[in-house]
Amino acid sequence: MNTRIACIASNTFREAVRDRVLYNLIAFALLLSGAAILVGLISIEIERLVVINLGLAAVSLFGVVIAIFIGIGLVSKEIEKRTLYTVLSRPVRRWEFIVGKFLGLAGTLAVNAFFMAIGVFAALLYVSHKFTRPDALILLALYFIILEFLIVCSLALLFSSFSSPLLSAVFAFSLFVIGSFADDLRGFAGMARGLTRWLATGAAYLVPNFSAFNVVGAVAHGQPVSAQLVLHNTLYALFYTAMALSAAVLIFERRNLK
Amino acid sequence: MNAGRQTTLIAGTCLALSLTACVMLLRRVDRIRPRATLEDVLYVDSPSVVRRASLGYNGLAACIYWTRAVQYFGHRHFTGADTYNQLAPLLEITTSLDPHLVAAYEYGASFLAPPPPHGAGQPDRAIRLMEYGVQHNPDDWRLYYDLGFVYYMELRDYAKASDAFARGSRVSGAHPFMKVLAAQMAEHAGDFATARMLWTATFQTSHDRDIRQNAIEHLRALRVDEDVTNLQAAVTRFGERTGRLPSSIAELAAAEHLPGVPVDPDGNPYTMSPEGRILVQNPDNFSFVTQGLPPGYKPSPVPKFHNQG
Repeated sequence: MNTRIACIASNTFREAVRDRVLYNLIAFALLLSGAAILVGLISIEIERLVVINLGLAAVSLFGVVIAIFIGIGLVSKEIEKRTLYTVLSRPVRRWEFIVGKFLGLAGTLAVNAFFMAIGVFAALLYVSHKFTRPDALILLALYFIILEFLIVCSLALLFSSFSSPLLSAVFAFSLFVIGSFADDLRGFAGMARGLTRWLATGAAYLVPNFSAFNVVGAVAHGQPVSAQLVLHNTLYALFYTAMALSAAVLIFERRNLK
Repeated sequence: MNAGRQTTLIAGTCLALSLTACVMLLRRVDRIRPRATLEDVLYVDSPSVVRRASLGYNGLAACIYWTRAVQYFGHRHFTGADTYNQLAPLLEITTSLDPHLVAAYEYGASFLAPPPPHGAGQPDRAIRLMEYGVQHNPDDWRLYYDLGFVYYMELRDYAKASDAFARGSRVSGAHPFMKVLAAQMAEHAGDFATARMLWTATFQTSHDRDIRQNAIEHLRALRVDEDVTNLQAAVTRFGERTGRLPSSIAELAAAEHLPGVPVDPDGNPYTMSPEGRILVQNPDNFSFVTQGLPPGYKPSPVPKFHNQG
C-alpha cells in the first residue's frame, strides 16, 4: 500500500483510539454479560439465541454509530482545525487523504468488532458451556457486519466531503435506515408503473442494500449460509464502497479549500 | 479540606441523595398507579409493522417479545387472572419476527391452550400458532407432537390429533412413539392409558425441568382421576347389588376384593361422602385433577409441583 495512505490510516486509527472510541467495548461487555445472566432468569430456552442476537446486533449498532459519528468528522474536523492544509501542503494527493481516512476508520471498526466478537464467544461459552460446530457460523455473520461497516464508513466519508457534520450524520443514518428496507423498496418499485417505476427502481438500486447482509437470524439457529451469498455480498460491499469513495474523491478533488 | 475536595464531596453527596430520592419517588408513584405498567399495553399489534420497525434486528426483537410473552403470562398466571388478551398477539409477533424460535411455539401453545386458571383458554389460537410453526419448521417432529397434544387434550378432536401425530411420524428422525400415538388416537382416544402415554412421552422427551414437572403433575392427576372413576363405578355396582350405599370406603374395598383401602399417589386414602361420592383428601396436592373434588372446590391458579423423584 502507498506509504502516505498507510500513514494517514494509522493516524486516523490512533486518533480514534485517543478519542476513547474503544470505550464502547466496556458498555458492550456489561450489556452482554448482563443479558446472558438476566435472560436465563426471566425467559425460557433463549439464552443462546439472546447472546447471539444481542451480541451481533450490538456489534452492528455500535459499529454503525461509530462509523457515522467518526466518519462525518473525518474531513470537516481536519478543515476546522486547519490540519488538512498541513497534510495537503506535503506531497499527499487529495484522493490519498480520503482513502487513508477510510482505511483508518475501517481498521478501527474491525479492531472494535474483533474484541466484541471475543465477548460474544465468551458469553456463548458461559451460557452453553461448550462450543458447537454451528457456532462457527457466527464468524460469517460478523464478516457480513464488517462489510456493512465498510459501506457505512464510505457513505459517512462521502457526506463529510461536502456537507456539515450534522447534515452528514443525518444523511448517513437515513441511508442506513433506508438500506435496511432496500428489499421492500425494490418491491414497491416493482408495483409502480411508467416513469415512477424507473425512478423508484433507480433509487432502490442506488441506496445500499443492507438486508442481504443480515444473516444473524439464520446463524442463531445454526442454518448454513450459502457460499454464493458470501461471494456476492463481498463483491457488492467492495463495489459499493468503491463507488461511494470514488464519489467522495471526485467531490473533494474539486472542493475549494481556500 | 481544599476547595476541589469540598466540591467533590458535596456533589457526590448530592448525587447519591438525588438518586435515592428519585428511586423512592418512583416507588411511590408505582404504588399510586399499580396497574399502569406495560403488561397490558401492546402499542403495535401488527407483526409485519414490528418486523419492519426492527430494522433487520428481527432475532433480537423476537427474543425481546418472547421474554415479554413469558413475563406477561407468568405474571397474570401468578396473580390468578382469567384473561390473557395480549398473549396471542405477543406470541404471533414473536414467531413472525423469528419463525424458527421453536420454544415460542412449544411453550406458547401450552400457555394458550389450557382453560383458566392454567392457561389462556384459547386452543384455537394455539392451533393457529402451532400450524404456523409446522409450516416454517416442517422437519421438527416435536411441533407436530405439540399440535396433536393440543387437539387431544383441549379440543378432544381425536381425528385431527391422530392426523398431527401421523404427519409428525413421517418426519425424518421422529420419535417412534409418534406412530403409536397416531394409531392409539384413532382407536382408544378417550382412554386414560392414551392420556398417560402422552404425558409420559412429554416427560421422556423434554429436558426442561418445568415441562417435566408439569408432566409429573398431570400423571399424578391422571392416576387420581382414574382411581376415582373406577371407585365411583364400584359404588354404583355396590348400590345395584345391595340396594344401598356402602357405609365406608373400607366396606367398598372389601366388597370389591381390593387388597386394602385405596390410596392416592401421596398415600392418603380416598374418602366417601354420605351421598356416595368418592373424594380426594387433599385436592390442593393434585393441581390438574378433575375427579373427586369436594363440591364448590376452587383450584389454586398456581400448580403445586412435586419433586421429580
